[in-house]
Amino acid sequence: MSATTKDTEVSDAARDAASARSTSTGSPSRRRRPRPRWWLYVVLTLGLIAMVMPFVWMLLGSFKTTAEIRQYPTNFWPIEPTLDNYTQLFGRLDFATFFTNSIIVAVFVTLGNIVFSSMVGYALAKLEFRGKKLLFVLVLGTLMVPGVVTFVPLFVLTANLGLVNSYPGMILPFLITPLGVFLMRQFMLSLPDDIIEAARIDGAGEWRTFLSVIMPLCGPAVATLTILTFLGSWNNFLWPLVVATSEDKYTLPVALALYSVGQNAAQYGLMMAGAVVVVVPVLLIFVVLQRYFVQGIALTGIK
Amino acid sequence: MATLVPQAPARARASRRSRHATFVAWGFAAPFLILFLVFMAGPIVASLMMSFTDLTTRDLQTPFNVNFVGFENYAQLFGDPRFVRSLLNTAVFVIVGVPLTMAVALAVALALNTGIAKFRTVFRVGYYAPVVTSIVAIAIVWRFILQPDGLLNGFLGWFGIAGPDWLQSTTWALPSLILMAVWRNIGTLMVIFLAGLQGVPKEHHEAAMVDGANAFQRFGNITIPAMRPTLLFAAVITGIGFLQFFEEPFVMTRGGPLDATLSAAMYTFNQFGFGNYSYASAASYVLFLAIVALSLIQFRLLGKKD
Repeated sequence: MSATTKDTEVSDAARDAASARSTSTGSPSRRRRPRPRWWLYVVLTLGLIAMVMPFVWMLLGSFKTTAEIRQYPTNFWPIEPTLDNYTQLFGRLDFATFFTNSIIVAVFVTLGNIVFSSMVGYALAKLEFRGKKLLFVLVLGTLMVPGVVTFVPLFVLTANLGLVNSYPGMILPFLITPLGVFLMRQFMLSLPDDIIEAARIDGAGEWRTFLSVIMPLCGPAVATLTILTFLGSWNNFLWPLVVATSEDKYTLPVALALYSVGQNAAQYGLMMAGAVVVVVPVLLIFVVLQRYFVQGIALTGIK
Repeated sequence: MATLVPQAPARARASRRSRHATFVAWGFAAPFLILFLVFMAGPIVASLMMSFTDLTTRDLQTPFNVNFVGFENYAQLFGDPRFVRSLLNTAVFVIVGVPLTMAVALAVALALNTGIAKFRTVFRVGYYAPVVTSIVAIAIVWRFILQPDGLLNGFLGWFGIAGPDWLQSTTWALPSLILMAVWRNIGTLMVIFLAGLQGVPKEHHEAAMVDGANAFQRFGNITIPAMRPTLLFAAVITGIGFLQFFEEPFVMTRGGPLDATLSAAMYTFNQFGFGNYSYASAASYVLFLAIVALSLIQFRLLGKKD
């Protein structure tokens, strides 16, 4: 995780993160060690409990029977833990299919973003050409366009292409994201121009340079992009809700949301188990790879 | 734009080379550009155009039946008390939620930055964890926590407080959703603020300490001014996110009770569900304009960094 940000156009967060990296290794004599205060630990720990409690409650609830949940006051630990909710989830309800759908969509969306964002990112960071400014303004200008603005005409388009309730219909609109382009560009700007010059002198064309010189150096950026895109797709709700019209195409959040307001709404334990299936894989990935998440924020200034 | 400064004899070759470079570069951009135009730029423009027509779900097969209606959709929107209500709810959500999230996140960042030597990573991971999780899943969990006999009221019961039926109360439903949104978004801002705090010059703090300034004075006169760009940035991105809140009311309250939690995004979605495509487009464009306004403020504020 070195040399990530060097240019001047990086957002403030990234700039500050970069300076953080340099100061933390800087002269220890000038930096006074922070004095730990016990009451801060107490307050922060209470806050931490509040932050984590919904997850704990979700996990515990998923092992409780409906009868146990109905009684009041509710007990914290499940008295007779049961896997019944999970059996129902993958038996009576088809959560295996929803899980697969979520994976399929997320994998294609992530692949598309890696390939296309890297290509444009390279052009924007390292090539000089007519219209470059315009292209960059387009990317920046749409960084913040929310799905709620485009989903109506997008649905009309998808309907006219005959792609409603299909995987392509769910994947195509998300194959590119301005955020991904921005992230790759920011990272590639920090790569030295000398290596490109060297490749050119060796007679490599732009494509060759891109594939065998630039991309191998982009590991950290691609890792960050992969995690952010996969996660974004996994948690995405509005578009799959609109475009997936039959159960066999539901993604996990869509299935969960529709069941939670339907006839299973009162099935407390079942819904908790559903939430566990959506949330826990992501939490595990996050805990293992947390530095990439933080870097994503630092690189782009946006979650 | 062109980097090559052509000299008289080499001019023709140089311009050919620069044309070639442009061609290659657009080759790199082409797949992105096509997808971008079709699935992003196109719909943004189409959304605006649709908002001036009377397109409904029935016109999908017969696009020539669509008529231009001018600002009728917009007039109808602002004449609909439910839409006005949804705008107000969204405004409250942003105006209360954003400062609250920022205050808590700043407090956590300050505590982690100055007073803590051990377990920093544990705290950081814990406070950030809600950010990475699906809002839908989390909203379901919170719905159960906020039930009349749920975890929160059980907790309040220890202190002899009888909590209300949070999500069914017209008074408490929106504050409950705000509380959940704050909980979910603290992590993002905490990380941004932690980065921002590293940019506050240590020398200034030390000089102020020598001059006898206490912690609060140093916070107000050194930390806050040095953090200004970071704070503004955080306010804008959080504001843009909060303007679109949708999953929370969809899962937790369906916009009720009595439209107390109906958001602008949810109103748009409902109209889309009824098949009123052009009307939904107009509603989404009103929301879009609010987001654009916030983005422009962001560019202006971040533009003059020095």
